[in-house]
Amino acid sequence: MKKYVQIENVQMSFETKQGTFVALKDIDLKIDPGEFITLIGHSGCGKSTLLNLIAGLLMPTDGIMLCADREIAGPGPDRGVVFQNHSLLPWLTCFENVHLAVERVFGNTESKAQLAQRTQEALALVHLSHAEHKYPHEISGGMKQRVGIARALSMQPKVLLMDEPFGALDALTRAHLQDELMKIVAATKSTVVMVTHDVDEAVLLSDRIVMMTNGPAATIGEILTVDLPKPRNRLALANDAHYHSLRGAVLEFLYQKQAKKAA
Amino acid sequence: MIRIKKHLAEHWVPPLIGIALFLFLWSLLAQGGGALPGPLKTWDSAVVLFSDPFYQKTPNDQGIGWNILYSLGRVGIGFGLAALIGIPLGFMIGRFGFLDKMTSPIVSMLRPVSPLAWLPIGLLVFKAADPAAIWVIFISSIWPMIINTAMGVRQLPQDYLNVARVLNLSEWKIFTKILFPATLPYMLTGIRLAIGTAWLVIVAAEMLTGGVGIGFWVWDEWNNLNVEHIIIAIFVVGIIGLLLEMMLVQIAKRFSY
Ligand SMILES: Nc1ncnc2c1ncn2[C@@H]1O[C@H](COP(=O)(O)OP(=O)(O)OP(=O)(O)O)[C@@H](O)[C@H]1O
Ligand SMILES: [Mg+2]
Repeated sequence: MKKYVQIENVQMSFETKQGTFVALKDIDLKIDPGEFITLIGHSGCGKSTLLNLIAGLLMPTDGIMLCADREIAGPGPDRGVVFQNHSLLPWLTCFENVHLAVERVFGNTESKAQLAQRTQEALALVHLSHAEHKYPHEISGGMKQRVGIARALSMQPKVLLMDEPFGALDALTRAHLQDELMKIVAATKSTVVMVTHDVDEAVLLSDRIVMMTNGPAATIGEILTVDLPKPRNRLALANDAHYHSLRGAVLEFLYQKQAKKAA
Repeated sequence: MIRIKKHLAEHWVPPLIGIALFLFLWSLLAQGGGALPGPLKTWDSAVVLFSDPFYQKTPNDQGIGWNILYSLGRVGIGFGLAALIGIPLGFMIGRFGFLDKMTSPIVSMLRPVSPLAWLPIGLLVFKAADPAAIWVIFISSIWPMIINTAMGVRQLPQDYLNVARVLNLSEWKIFTKILFPATLPYMLTGIRLAIGTAWLVIVAAEMLTGGVGIGFWVWDEWNNLNVEHIIIAIFVVGIIGLLLEMMLVQIAKRFSY
């Protein structure tokens, strides 16, 4: 099968006051269409950096980055981004926040009514039709995160990039949104790259888990293929021996092979 | 019932005590001889003055209402012109680092200059008192608008700019949907500061330039040795300044997210 996102020999360094800081090096990753990839690793290892590289918000200092065989030269509507802190515009309603994205992608080809319908559909997908005229400060953290997801999905991106989208949420809301995300991804067949620090989340959602070594000059340590059948059910998995062995493999990587030196 | 009492005690009693104390000290000072009229005398005089605020006898002898309106008019024009130039300038200075570095020495040098120092330049260039007064208002209110607008643009969170980049918004959309709304609260602070200074400066400017206006009126009444009127003018200036401030605070509240 043709690879969709290709990352070859990518290196990323930042110019800082103390000199050049190499954040990532020798990153090689190929992602199939429809694949669900999670990036996991200790804090500060460069997960967000890698995601921002794919998003086109950062440019690699070295190496090749392709999306659908074209070089990633900047952000584009083919890659929807869900930010860690939702990043909704506080002066726009939920509807307007999503509409801004819809308008940009489909504004030239579709009528006003069609644009409004797309916006409503995106909000319905995350079960927020009732809140479409509310402002971000009027809704809960989980709802904001869902609007952020709706905004990214509304652009019908080929790749969905998410930076710890559920990181700041309580366990119940998080589980609920994970279930919804699984359904949405199954329905839209999107390719997903998601940063997480939650081992259970990684195993539950992923086709492959990309485990990163500690920085500086972090790279991909191991890639774990999660061959659990889909659709997955969190309750059934709780007693699944294979699930636990996969989970154990990730934990071993994080806490033995890449154990953080006591700070 | 108890709540209402508590509300009264907390919000109304202290200011009322303050005002009463102020009036008491004032009448004490007035009692002590000298030319200072007391509160009652001033009040009587104010009643007479405000019973006919819009008379017009001669160009130099008009009702207090006209004087206030003329002053407000000058402030409005000078301030409006400053907003028209200062706000767009602030946006550009905030957005383009080059422009920022280019203008910053000039702005930091001219900002601390007393607005009245610009009056002779105004008189020289416009050769008339009225535009010169407006010019002074303009120059005194443009700095806070430039500086606060530019600060608002500079403080724009990187997150919002990332949203703009990811959604690939056009420059126009970035301006209307992100830059402008994000900067608005800062801009309103600049406007509030500017109006405050403008109103502060207009009295002094009019004293120097003459014509109809509250500042010149104060000067005129000083020449007539009508001290009650001077005290009334002080209150009028204070109350109008307070109203302008309250109005802008109200507007700013409307636009805080
Ligand atoms: N703009 C920058 N300039 C300099 N250094 C940077 C910059 N952005 C990131 N870094 C450094 O690169 C490294 C990786 O940062 P990154 O944000 O990608 O980590 P992360 O894996 O996402 O961490 P976390 O899990 O805490 O979000 C860190 O050491 C960070 O200090
Ligand atoms: Mg991060």
